[in-house]
Order: sequence, then C-alpha cells, then structure tokens
Amino acid sequence: MQQPIKKIGKQTLQFMQPPVVLSFASIVGPMEGKGPYGSAFDYILEDTLFGEKSWEKAESKMLRETIKMTLQKANLTAPDVDFMLAGDLLNQIVAANFAAREITIPFLGLYGACSTMAESIGLGSILIDGGFAHRVIAGVSSHHHTAERQFRFPTEQGVHRPLWSQWTVTGSGGILLAREGNGPVITHLTVGQVVDLGIKDSNDMGAAMAPAAVDTLIRHFQDLNRQSLDYDLILTGDLGTVGLKLTWELLKMEGYRVENNLKDCGVLLYHPEQDTHAGGSGCGCSAVMLCGPILRRVVEGAYRRVLFVGTGALLSPTTVYQGESVPSIAHAVVIEYIPPG
Amino acid sequence: MYNQNLKNKYNALFNIVQRLKEKKEQAQPQKEKTTIPSNLNPVEQEELQKQIDQQAYQWLVQQHQPRTTWLRNTILAFLVGGIICTLGQIIQNYFRGFGLTLREAGTVTVFIMVFLGAFLTGLGIYDKIGKYGGAGSIIPITGFANSIVASAMEFKREGYVYGVGARLFNVAGPVLTFGFIISVLIGLLYYFFT
Repeated sequence: MQQPIKKIGKQTLQFMQPPVVLSFASIVGPMEGKGPYGSAFDYILEDTLFGEKSWEKAESKMLRETIKMTLQKANLTAPDVDFMLAGDLLNQIVAANFAAREITIPFLGLYGACSTMAESIGLGSILIDGGFAHRVIAGVSSHHHTAERQFRFPTEQGVHRPLWSQWTVTGSGGILLAREGNGPVITHLTVGQVVDLGIKDSNDMGAAMAPAAVDTLIRHFQDLNRQSLDYDLILTGDLGTVGLKLTWELLKMEGYRVENNLKDCGVLLYHPEQDTHAGGSGCGCSAVMLCGPILRRVVEGAYRRVLFVGTGALLSPTTVYQGESVPSIAHAVVIEYIPPG
Repeated sequence: MYNQNLKNKYNALFNIVQRLKEKKEQAQPQKEKTTIPSNLNPVEQEELQKQIDQQAYQWLVQQHQPRTTWLRNTILAFLVGGIICTLGQIIQNYFRGFGLTLREAGTVTVFIMVFLGAFLTGLGIYDKIGKYGGAGSIIPITGFANSIVASAMEFKREGYVYGVGARLFNVAGPVLTFGFIISVLIGLLYYFFT
C-alpha cells in the first residue's frame, strides 16, 4: 500500500504521528550563564576551555556532554537511540563529528549554519514519522572562540566591532525525539528556501537573515492557513535586535500582525549591559534557548503552541572576501503541548 | 519585467519586495527612478531588476541599523591613540636624558612599546583597549605587536610550524606587504628625483 503524501502546500510537512520530545538538555558558556536565563540551563561552564587544551576540543566535549545529559534525563543509553543528527559552525563540522566518535550512535552530520537546530529537529521528526526510527537525538553546538577565529579575527586581537554585529554564543543543546511517550510534540516542519536580498556586510547577519525568516514564516502561515497570532510564541533563532526589527517590519508589510509573541533567541539570551551589541548568534544561540528555558516553559504549560524558526546565514570567510552577498535560510518547526490533567 | 526565475528566488517575499520599492520611492521622491532599458537581454534585465530590488531592502536596513557613534568613536580613538603616543614620547625623552641620540632613543622606545603591546595582549588587556580605542590602538606600533601576538596565541594549538609559523602574520601580513611596496615606490621616487 502506498503511503499518503504528508506535505501540505508548498513547503510544509505535517507529521501524522507527531514525534514526542522525551528530554532536552543544554550547556552554556560562562557569559551566557550570566544572562537573564542563566538558571534555566542545565550546566554552565566555568571557563570556555572546559578542561580541554583547545577551544575546538572544548566545543566538541560540550556537544558530547549535552547529548549524554539528554539521554540520561530520559533514562536511556546510546544503544536505545537509532540516529544522531548533529552539526556546528566549524569547517567540516568537526565538533559534531568528533562528538559522534565518542557517542556510538549512527550519525548524520548536518550544516545549516545557525539554523541547524531547527534542521536537525525537522529531519529527526521525518525519520520518526516515516517509520525509520524509534528514537532520534538531535544536537548542535557553537563556541564563541572557535567561531571567532574561523570567521573573523584572533580572539586577542583588539578590534572595534560595529554596533550591528552579533556575539557568537558558547553553548550546545540536545533534544531527544521518540515515536512514543509523553511530552511536547513536533507537529509540522516548514523547510525554508535560500533567500538573498544582497546584504554584503558579514557583520550584518540579522539583516541578511530577516528576509529568510519572513519568507519561511509566510509560507508556513499560507501552507497551514494559520495566522501569526495562532501561536503563543514565534521564536526566531538569532536575528538579533536589527534582524528582529526588520522581520517585524516585513511581516507587517505582508499584513501579518505580530505582537509580543514574536521573540528572538539572540535578543533574549543576554542582558543589554553585557554589551554584545545586536545580541547572540550561532547554532548554540537558538539551541540553548530552545533546549533550556523555552521547552521548560512549554512543559510547564506556559506555551501551548510554539513556532521555532531557526535562521542561518550561509556564508564563509572566503565568500565574503570574494565580495559575495550573504545567502540565508530559515526552517520552522511547530512544537505543541497540552499538559496532562 | 520579472521573469519566473527571479520570482522563484523571492518565493513568498515577492509582494514585500514590490512594497519596499514603493515605500522607498515615496520616501525619496527626489531620487531619479532607475528604469530598465528594453534593449538589454533577459539575463541583464534580471540582473538590473535584482539590483533595484536589493537597493530597496538595503534602504530599509539602513533605517533600522543602530547609528554608528562617529563622534564618540573619534574622540575615544584620539584619546587612546594620544595616550599611547604620549607614553612613547615620555619613554623617548627619558632615554634622551641618558645622553642617547634621537635615533638611538627612538629605537629603544620602539622596543619598549612593542613589548608593552605584546605584554598587554598576552594578559588579555589589549583587546579590551581595542574595543574602545578602535584605530587609536590599532595604528600605533603597539597595535602591530597586538596583531602578531594575538595570531601567535591563537594558532599555537596547531603547532609551531603550521600554526604559529604559518599564520603569525595572518592579520599583520597585509600591513607588511603594502608597507614594503610603498617603501619601494618612495625609494624609487627618491632615486629619480633627487
């Protein structure tokens, strides 16, 4: 018997058996720990090296420990999980690859820049709903220093950052999805299209990503015939203050009303006094906010329906130096939860 | 005017892009509107249309970007740069007091300033100065020392050959390259015109 197609409209998938979020965990760096949501993360690093010899090693360890912690919280071990989907910002996604070397779960490495958390949750849900897996673990990480040295300058270099630049988050988040169980469920996924409105300044990632976020949001609303106010929370990944304002503006132009339910992880994660300029960025930014405070609040019943939009700027230092603009992508997943009782 | 290819690229943003252009025109009526000449081939037309659309978005972005605090930055750069140069002058005067010639005192001062820049980088202080000082802390020789030591510290983990050795001049390299080129050019001018 042929299976029915689960795609709705142009870009949205509807899961027939919505995968359940069994557990989630997050580890953040010291600076993120001092932010407004410090107490909502599972573990705060004392220093950015995490007892390792290099920042790359520290990032990989952070991801590894997050995955282990996620499994522990669900009282499961590695053999209980069918696939691990993970990614990060480094060249050849080494943090994820090296974490997977230690965790013996069949592994698919992903790169979606800062949108990887949404991408991995989406793909994990597809695997489960498609009947290919019982349990899938998704995890991503980013590290301020590894990203900084790869994309910009050596960390001790005295540079003046523009006011619209963002601060790469040190942190990693993991989420365990399963076919059966109790917990929040992933009901839909909207796969984004790469959008580029010609922003060339690699510091201005919020402005580059805002159109991608808006594009995916509009497609999502159209495909499901929903409105922006149907969601208790629309959580974008790392648009920062500039990108969030632009998203707001662009959505308004298309006639969508967004009120206090549109929030951005990059803006939420730090206190304004922490002087990150436009807010946080990086894979870890959306990952730690989702797998920390936001899912906690979902489980508590504060949010019944959340639209999580991971946004990613698909640039590399080489493309920037060659004068290319910054293409961007956004994927959206719907998380719903009705608390028992 | 729009071919399907460009429309596909805008996906759900097509209407927004059109509205952005209208808004930009309303806000800047004095600006001449770019029209697309009909004698261009479809690929060139698409390229030009894309540029017009992108400019409309960039116009919106500019309105929402935080204003760069030019005055504050300039004053801070002046103060930080000034303090570094004054310090250099004090050191130079001090050594001249020992009877060194201007050239000798200058050389010693350079040694000390480079050491200070490197030392403060190692302590993790120079990047904090640079955050406020901007060009004021990059242009003096302490900034040059900072760029080399910062690279050395950064790439030490990749070993002494492929890390420190290969990438020591990661940031300072262009300064040296163009510094050498300019000095050769000035040398040639000096040779031919004196």
